[in-house]
Amino acid sequence: MELVSLAVKSIFVDNMIFAYFLGMCSFLAVSKKVSTAIGLGAAVVFVLSIIVPVNWMIQEYILKESALVWLSPQFEGMNLEFLQFIMFIAVIAGMVQLVEMIIEKVSPALYGTLGIFLPLIAVNCAILGGALFMVQRDYTLAEATVFGFGSGVGWLLAIVALAAIREKLKYSNVPNGLKGLGLTMIITGLMGIAFKSFIGIAL
Amino acid sequence: MSTEVVEEKTIKKASEPLLSKRRKKIISDPLNEENPVTIQVLGICSALAITIKMEPTIIMSLAVIFTMVFSNLLISLIRNYVPNRIRIIVQLAVVALFVTLVSEFLKAFNYPMYKVLGAFVGLIITNCIVMGRLEAFAMGNKPYDSILDGLGSGLGYSWIILAVAFFREFLGSGSILNFKVFEALNIPYVNNGLMVDSIGAFMILAIIIWIQRTKTGYVEQ
Repeated sequence: MELVSLAVKSIFVDNMIFAYFLGMCSFLAVSKKVSTAIGLGAAVVFVLSIIVPVNWMIQEYILKESALVWLSPQFEGMNLEFLQFIMFIAVIAGMVQLVEMIIEKVSPALYGTLGIFLPLIAVNCAILGGALFMVQRDYTLAEATVFGFGSGVGWLLAIVALAAIREKLKYSNVPNGLKGLGLTMIITGLMGIAFKSFIGIAL
Repeated sequence: MSTEVVEEKTIKKASEPLLSKRRKKIISDPLNEENPVTIQVLGICSALAITIKMEPTIIMSLAVIFTMVFSNLLISLIRNYVPNRIRIIVQLAVVALFVTLVSEFLKAFNYPMYKVLGAFVGLIITNCIVMGRLEAFAMGNKPYDSILDGLGSGLGYSWIILAVAFFREFLGSGSILNFKVFEALNIPYVNNGLMVDSIGAFMILAIIIWIQRTKTGYVEQ
């Protein structure tokens, strides 16, 4: 039950985009068409739900203070947390590469749609952000998995909604200076207000 | 004798002055016309997330400028030895190195600020400004020019986030750098909660973009 509540919380209330501004760059750049937005969003969900648990294990069994005791008692008190950023980003870049290869082998059709976006995901801050928040909030493995999946879905929801609005806006008359990025910012702000209405909902 | 002198002079003329017109342009372009945040749409995440108050924003700007200058320099130095296929991972590793330095430095000397910035220091790694400049500039230019480019882009990023932070703190908390302006002037002012919230950041950035683009005449297709 707590896991369901965590999932809902990470999709709507703590939405990666509207609450933490993570993954904004690709959110703004790849939201011109709904179909590409769905592709990128699906890739983010996929990668986030794999990477957060994997990084949880790395944090728990390698980086944490005295985490390496399972290897040998002499590592008692050793703290490798300063390696966190490098480890996480290396794992993310490696995993993205791996996921890309697996998808290419297993489902060429899916690879065709996600293809271009997968390498981009390595530098999407939502992914690294998800991993760092997971450490900050002391999740368990199950919670970490749900959190990764939930925040991915939240991100997907946001980018698809924005892309749909922007497709409609193509036909409207906008002041020159506000065209593109400026208007997208305002829309995102308004969508943020809408998402604020989920605050306080607990399952 | 005389020919030697002439030769020396020509050699000196061939090398560019330390701050030539072209190099000044490398620094000044990202401030306005090629601004990384408002024109190139890079590094929006952190530009919005940490701009509630001015103090963390200043720290963040310094951290980003430091990271950009040094990772640009390092990548530019090794650019001819990096195989093209693994360049993204190499770039990420270099950036992560400098971000770890910043983060450890902050943890040691300013722990409260480290707590405030939290995950966002680590997120400089995936800040697209850093990666974007490495990819677009440092991979193809000499070290000194790359330093200037890093400095310019860092400053362009900084002035935007400082402007956003100024308005957000002023309207949202009624203060400038933690100095309560309205209380000091005895003017009754109700803090605008929208500005403290993420939504205020979007609105203010949109207005800044609007003003800037109207001035420079840049129109997005």
